[in-house]
Amino acid sequence: MSAVSLKNITKTYNKGRVLAVQDVSFEVAEGELFGLIGPDGAGKTSIFRILTTLLLPDKGSAYVQGIDVTKDYQTIRNKIGYMPGRFSLYQDLTVEENLNFFATLFGTSITANYDLIKDIYEQIKPFSNRRAGKLSGGMKQKLALCCALIHKPEVLFLDEPTTGVDAVSRKEFWEMLKKLKQQGISILVSTPYMDEASLCERIALIQDGRIMKVDTPDEIIRAYPVQLYAAKAANIYQLLNDFRESDLADSAFPFGEYLHLTIKNNKDDGIEALKKYAAEKGHSDAEIKLITPTIEDSFIRLMKEKKDAEKTMA
Amino acid sequence: MPDKVISCNNLTKQFGDFTAVNKISFEVDKGEIFGFLGANGAGKTTAMRILCGLSYPSSGEATVAGFDVYRKQESIKKNIGYMSQKFSLYENLTILENIEFFGGVYGLSRKDIRQRSNDLVQKLGLEKEAGKLVGELPLGWKQKLAFSVAIFHRPKIVFLDEPTGGVDPVTRRQFWDMIYEAAASGITVFVTTHYMDEAEYCNRVSVMVDGKVEALDTPANLKKQFNTDSIDDVFYKLARGARRTGD
Repeated sequence: MSAVSLKNITKTYNKGRVLAVQDVSFEVAEGELFGLIGPDGAGKTSIFRILTTLLLPDKGSAYVQGIDVTKDYQTIRNKIGYMPGRFSLYQDLTVEENLNFFATLFGTSITANYDLIKDIYEQIKPFSNRRAGKLSGGMKQKLALCCALIHKPEVLFLDEPTTGVDAVSRKEFWEMLKKLKQQGISILVSTPYMDEASLCERIALIQDGRIMKVDTPDEIIRAYPVQLYAAKAANIYQLLNDFRESDLADSAFPFGEYLHLTIKNNKDDGIEALKKYAAEKGHSDAEIKLITPTIEDSFIRLMKEKKDAEKTMA
Repeated sequence: MPDKVISCNNLTKQFGDFTAVNKISFEVDKGEIFGFLGANGAGKTTAMRILCGLSYPSSGEATVAGFDVYRKQESIKKNIGYMSQKFSLYENLTILENIEFFGGVYGLSRKDIRQRSNDLVQKLGLEKEAGKLVGELPLGWKQKLAFSVAIFHRPKIVFLDEPTGGVDPVTRRQFWDMIYEAAASGITVFVTTHYMDEAEYCNRVSVMVDGKVEALDTPANLKKQFNTDSIDDVFYKLARGARRTGD
């Protein structure tokens, strides 16, 4: 049995005028750490709200632990933990009061499941008498995770837990998720940060309400259809503009220190051709090499393929 | 003094016995893209509020666009642009109405507003959408429009507070094209981000830790200094030791 299963889920708003989720299907296996990767407005939160029984889909069916989200919502709510994207604890209650409240709500106590939250809670314990509203972003995030875990859920839903969180705290948060996974909890987590995709076992890439691809991060990278080159030169912005104007390059995007390029005639050895072109444009110092794509490269490529397909259909 | 658009010397801000910003000193050149990095709670927002003329420092000196942060807050506000991930335009005004409104706030003449808004709408390729409500635009377009409006009055410097949070990877890169273009036209760009690859697009990067500027150099030199090949690592090495985790 899958922990989560969606079949052809569609959700619209404003009497059908806004298409938030279109024909989405995927499954999260039991004990899996599954990532839903996509920008704001892609439909991630709508999917979370349907799975957590807070929103009804227009079409399709969805199951959590084998239970239909539209029929037996009360059973599902006892089996899941949900951390919404927006901080939703009681700002006027202290850290401990919040935790106690959620434990009581689910008919349990802090001590009963303390093992599960121990590692996370001990980091905020020194502030247990502080009001939740007065906590820093990183601490709020940890408290929210504790509250979502306190009834020992079978499936954990985390909607953009690392948005707006700095790079160090993000790393720590993913370490916590790995430990929770080891305890057998199935986790569905969403993020707009493409670099976090590689930390999941499987991912779904989502854009404009549609799933573009579901697979392991490694397999998505392996399936990148063409050679990818990295280039840099002293004047990298000029190099980018030169490649954009050339007939040689199919795509050219800045990726941190380097540009990432694909070429139109993929059969050739592109390095020589790209080097020659760069030199002609005055970048005699240009460094060009073949590289392995990242998830972000794949995402950009899939976005383009999706757009091209839509154009052909129109 | 040659074209220093921002200049801080021992700039400090205390809230009671808490020192949010602790004697920071740096200068930003005209037309430079300056990355202002730091962990949550490092003091970035407090420092930015002072530089935008929204908050007084406790001690130290700073000038922005040549104006003193103690005595000339109103002049600073007229000479800067500001945009953040959270701040957006008025969703229930159209694109053109938003441009007209912000142009008016910054004291541009009606003639200038008309001329420049036509140019802008054309440049963004939004001719068809110009009469549409901003709320109906996709997020990526909203952010691009918000940036264009933030530099519509041609400020000397624009402050961007996590401008690309949550936007798709293609739009994020188009946004940086706009940043480069603004910098090339002489506007200084002061930008914060949580995307470490974007730090590479800056001319120089500073990293704040616990209220202090702990590192400041070009991305290449920072990587050399910390003996690593990514800014991500530089940031991690510096911020890992942070004691503060506030916002």
